[in-house]
Amino acid sequence: MPPKRRNSELKNGGSSRGGKHQHTATDDSFNELLQPVYKGKQLSDEINTAEDKWNLLPAFLKVKGLVKQHLDSFNYFVDVDLKKIIKANEKVLSDVDPDFYIKYLDIRVGEASPAARNNMLPPHECRLRDMTYSAPIYVDVEYTRGRKIIMHKGLEIGKMPIMLRSNKCILDGASEAKMASLNECPLDPGGYFIVNGTEKVILIQEQLSKNRIIVEADEKKQIVQASVTSSTHERKSKTYVVTKNDKIYLKHNSISEEVPIVIVLKAAGIISDLEIMQLVCGDDAAYQDSFAINFEECAKVGIYTQQQALEFIGAKVKTMRRAKLSILQEGIEAIATTVIAHLTVNDLDFREKALYIALMTRRVVMAMHNPKMVDDRDYVGNKRLELAGQLMSLLFEDLFKKFNTDFKANIDKILRKPNRATEFDALLNINIHSNNITTGLNRAISTGNWSLKRFKMERAGVTHVLSRLSYISALGMMTRISSQFEKSRKVSGPRALQPSQFGMLCTSDTPEGEACGLVKNLALMTHITTDDEEEPIKKLCYLIGVEEISVIDSASLHDNFGVYLNGTIIGTTRFPTKFVSLFRNLRRTGKVSEFISIYINSHQKAVHIATDGGRICRPLIIIENGESKVKAHHLLKLKQGKLQFDDFLKQGLVEYLDVNEENDCYIALYERDITEKATHLEIEPFTVLGAVAGLIPYPHHNQSPRNTYQCAMGKQAIGAIAYNQFHRIDTLLYLMVYPQQPMVKSKTIELIDYDKLPAGQNATVAVMSYSGYDIEDALVLNKSSIDRGFGRCQVLRKNTTVLKRYPNHTKDIIAGMRVKDNGEPTFQHASLGPDGLAEVGTRVESGQVYINKSIPTNAADSIMNQDTGEYRETPVVYKAPEPSYIDQVMMTTSDNDQELIKVLLRQTRRPELGDKFSSRHGQKGVCGIIVQQEDLPFNDDGISPDIIMNPHGFPSRMTVGKMLELVSGKAGVLNGSLEYGTCFGGSDLEDMSKILMDKGFNYSGKDMLYSGITGECLQAYIFFGPIYYQKLKHMVLDKMHARARGPRAVLTRQPTEGRSRDGGLRLGEMERDCVIAYGASQLLLERLMISSDAFDVDICNKCGLMGYNGWCTSCKNAENVIRMQIPYAAKLLFQELLSMNIAPRLKLGDVF
Amino acid sequence: MVDNIVHIEQDRVTNTVSNDYPDTSISNAFRRIMISEVPSVAAEQVYIFNNTSVIQDEVLAHRIGLIPLKIDPDLLNWVDNSVDESDKFTDANTVVMTLDVSCTKNPNAPKNSTDPKELYRNSSIYARDLKFEPQGNQLENFKNPIEPADPDILLAKLRPGQEISLRIHCVLGIGSDHAKFSPVSTASYRLLPTIDIIEPIRGDDAKKFQKCFPTGVIGINNGEAFVKDSRRDTVSREVLRHEEFNGKVKLGRKRNHFIFNVESTGAMSPEEIFFKSVRILKNKAEYLRNCPIGR
Repeated sequence: MPPKRRNSELKNGGSSRGGKHQHTATDDSFNELLQPVYKGKQLSDEINTAEDKWNLLPAFLKVKGLVKQHLDSFNYFVDVDLKKIIKANEKVLSDVDPDFYIKYLDIRVGEASPAARNNMLPPHECRLRDMTYSAPIYVDVEYTRGRKIIMHKGLEIGKMPIMLRSNKCILDGASEAKMASLNECPLDPGGYFIVNGTEKVILIQEQLSKNRIIVEADEKKQIVQASVTSSTHERKSKTYVVTKNDKIYLKHNSISEEVPIVIVLKAAGIISDLEIMQLVCGDDAAYQDSFAINFEECAKVGIYTQQQALEFIGAKVKTMRRAKLSILQEGIEAIATTVIAHLTVNDLDFREKALYIALMTRRVVMAMHNPKMVDDRDYVGNKRLELAGQLMSLLFEDLFKKFNTDFKANIDKILRKPNRATEFDALLNINIHSNNITTGLNRAISTGNWSLKRFKMERAGVTHVLSRLSYISALGMMTRISSQFEKSRKVSGPRALQPSQFGMLCTSDTPEGEACGLVKNLALMTHITTDDEEEPIKKLCYLIGVEEISVIDSASLHDNFGVYLNGTIIGTTRFPTKFVSLFRNLRRTGKVSEFISIYINSHQKAVHIATDGGRICRPLIIIENGESKVKAHHLLKLKQGKLQFDDFLKQGLVEYLDVNEENDCYIALYERDITEKATHLEIEPFTVLGAVAGLIPYPHHNQSPRNTYQCAMGKQAIGAIAYNQFHRIDTLLYLMVYPQQPMVKSKTIELIDYDKLPAGQNATVAVMSYSGYDIEDALVLNKSSIDRGFGRCQVLRKNTTVLKRYPNHTKDIIAGMRVKDNGEPTFQHASLGPDGLAEVGTRVESGQVYINKSIPTNAADSIMNQDTGEYRETPVVYKAPEPSYIDQVMMTTSDNDQELIKVLLRQTRRPELGDKFSSRHGQKGVCGIIVQQEDLPFNDDGISPDIIMNPHGFPSRMTVGKMLELVSGKAGVLNGSLEYGTCFGGSDLEDMSKILMDKGFNYSGKDMLYSGITGECLQAYIFFGPIYYQKLKHMVLDKMHARARGPRAVLTRQPTEGRSRDGGLRLGEMERDCVIAYGASQLLLERLMISSDAFDVDICNKCGLMGYNGWCTSCKNAENVIRMQIPYAAKLLFQELLSMNIAPRLKLGDVF
Repeated sequence: MVDNIVHIEQDRVTNTVSNDYPDTSISNAFRRIMISEVPSVAAEQVYIFNNTSVIQDEVLAHRIGLIPLKIDPDLLNWVDNSVDESDKFTDANTVVMTLDVSCTKNPNAPKNSTDPKELYRNSSIYARDLKFEPQGNQLENFKNPIEPADPDILLAKLRPGQEISLRIHCVLGIGSDHAKFSPVSTASYRLLPTIDIIEPIRGDDAKKFQKCFPTGVIGINNGEAFVKDSRRDTVSREVLRHEEFNGKVKLGRKRNHFIFNVESTGAMSPEEIFFKSVRILKNKAEYLRNCPIGR
């Protein structure tokens, strides 16, 4: 059931419908929809299916939202997966007392009893107070105390970090007014955690699908292999069927060497060679020929019975078991549990597993004959996306298991003691460890290290701090997918754009450089599935005509199409097309979950059904009889709010397709493309792009790398971050003073509310060269525009101070301010108030104190002699080239009653020389010169540009979209309308030119300008109009650095490195080479020694060692001691050599 | 120098025609001086006593600075920056204004109202809330009331419990120092467009020809197009796109006919600004003539 979403301002959301979760009428922005005119559209407007079907997209986003994958996944984990985990680890037994047991009955997060909701701290308070936004985990248990069985409900076993806006979050379904009262931004997507005050995102992880056969081939080594990664709750293992010298073997990590496949099949109970042949090759003679050799291998070893085969395998198993098993038992164990571990064996019936191995072998044989039968690892259909919920569930199960073993050990320890006075109550012991789960979850999320004991898995960098540079960067992070591939490997395959990514993953949004193509982003309409039950689907298949696998004889297995459920064969069907269409009809009528996919793979003669989680899918309009099922009256109802997206699903007008099923369909892009063959219709073509790439106007006119560059840069743009931006105290926050929504918008911009939290300004741009300070993409800025507030931004920086308490009952204090004789505060303490903290609104300059903290001198002493009460001043001093103002001061306590002071410092900056700007087309540039308004060119109306951009930026970049943006923007300005630059659509250039013409401008957007300097007309017509410019976070003020003398490193006495340490500017190797080549030896000496780490040493010319004070310690005289300068680093080297018994002796002689 | 002032729209915009003047540079000099060198008065120092609104001190100060004030610059002297900070501002060179507002709940607000203007008092602070505080004998010296040129400039929005209390010092300055001191929103000129019909254009073509220009530029007389008022043309060059007018028309500009457009911010009338620019240019010329190097 979709939780209520705040995104209801999207065009046409539903009014309250039936069902448990009704959309609250209080949803404020929803009221906007009821206005007669909304975003230029009227409710009574005529509906045109071809154009208005895009309204399904906002409807989809209203239900699904941009970060719905994360929320769905977390909700699934909390509501379903937790219960499964409890079920799997239900009982804790004691080794000592056989009567004792404790059984988990139920688990809940948040509410102690199903009735009342627990009052959690609001998320924003957690952010401010450096706490974790979490809810308690309660379990219901049943256990024995003496002879009695006791039920206990609502036992807290730890705290679970809660994903914001998930169904356990207090923001779930909150109205805008509620959000405001909680200091939350209604536009914030949620989907992240707050751990110790920092916002953490668990990125979507991309993996090869589990429990599926993947066939690969190495052409060079002539190897074909089929592999399957089995993943269950207990273990993860990989089984291979490989070729080696044309023979086929089975390979597994816990079997020491490769086992001939025929032996494995015999061990699995298929003893007859004929049956093996039938299962693997069917009646294909070519397959039979090439497979026959494997029987020889088996016969050579002399294995003919199942027992022999099992013993053969059993002997090769690497065991780590404590209890010793016989070789035969080992063999049985290996086949039953280790090989293809995701198939469970009941009552030693290996048939299913044997079939699976046989089919793997068949795939290998097929690939040996036809190289095209090899699978593509990079194909998106073979990938699964792992989300926060799955990762949390892995972690929780691990912690829960540890919790139980600790608990058991504890119980055993007590039960072992004889003659207890009172009856043993297990619950009294459970709370001791309850911290483990809490800290385990918190630590994993805050460090990003996922270490799972049972899989021996150690994964670092799973979580990231949510980037709050701009609204877009936060949003972009929520849709980001990171790949498990190593970045260093030089294969291009995984990085390349896959055709199957169409509509699923954004084609533009990927970083440049190292992680290019490995980090991806979701497209606008993607959904990621969660796990679904297999059993009902299996039953359903048998009901609609699938022959059960257990009743099919081996000879006829390959005569018909096999039906595979999540990669495992469950039967065969004679009429695959009929079966598939029947199944699809059931799905469209809502009889099975809409996220279950079914498709035919005719090469493999197989019908695949997938119910597993992590598949990427997207909605498409169904076409029947060459006609789109979505009709005008549906869209009208959608607009009126009578229908919701889910209703479209239920009525079978729209369905979700995953990548594999998409491959089985014929999808028309537009209504005009519909042919007889077409099965589906695209909802909106611009959904191939993601949220970040959707900001670009006219992206389909740009050279593709430019769009990619813009995706990286859009995240660095300074703008509005959230509605609660002034309440936030972040480490670093960039805000724009006067952000504007772009003149040229796109539908995506409206959908993701970029127009409400914009990052940029519409600058009037003249494309011309001016002054020579505009080479290499530099921009010319108008000083008057800057005076009036163009590009003005604020930088807010946080400083946190903790007031510590010490074991001897002393603690840090904040002292007051120091005053001069006349009562005025001293310069250092000028901004302090009487409480020792800077006053809000005051200015702090470099060298001034803003937190006057003192720490006790005797913190280490014992409690006894702490009477002195002496304190040492450790003030927090402001150090920066430019002064700041105190924006906020917050005093609070964090988790463990630690006093916490946060001071937010604010700088307001106007653009200056060297600040970086960029348009939305990957065209970045720094400010090269700031020019007085009267010097700038002006047009007939007296308008002078805000920015002058050099035309050389265009030919090589080929950003035609930017030119179209200018023309559309100019038309919009003159017309008083906002124009659209939506991908594959947007305002038409012809129309825009027409508007320009009607308003008395040239149709091409070129105006005649007058030079501001000479007053004459310019020789050329100038392309002149508004372009949306972003100010990027890279500002000169944060980078400028120079040093004459300054700090030095302790060890080498050389100047320190880096701006943050006031470091020196290095004369590096290459520069050194130049000086050498030039022959300026004295300069070299000065740069490398005198200005760096010159050091006076006394060297004994006799023994060649160093002495001191004119005395040679080894020769015991001062006769031959010579004083000279060497680099301190050299002196250090000599001493280090001496310490390892090497005596470097210096022989001195005159050079001249 | 100036032949005629053609018309004044409201009291802001003037179209001044400077006819047949020999050189562009002179006209351009007027334009440049009007933008950057004609002095006007704007808030320079903002002393904030209390500001509990959401808008930051710097931003508020910046906004106040940009308000055009109706103060005759001739009545003020220049601030001498060499003088000590405490004596720098006198009644002869500084106008003091104050802003003291606090927002309260409106007890008489209608029940279901959601409009902040009804719910609260002083929810929006406008330029008109700035109050002149006469110093010395300023009351006698300034004949006209001292107030912002436009009372409806929004400065900040408040909610109950928030207040702003500040004092501003307004001084003389010039546009090249900061745009707020510029007395004009824009001052510019354009050259008079010329349209030469080389070959007569008749019939439907004439109508089409007429449509290529803004209304009133081309008239049709007996089916033949003629140039009625080329001054109204914006020179969109639309005619040149059409094949049929190829070679029949020539668009141009009169190089010595400048149509000035001076848009005052409100402190002075556009004519005044223009004449001041003339005086400043004259003084500059005077200075150059008397300059020892010039001799």
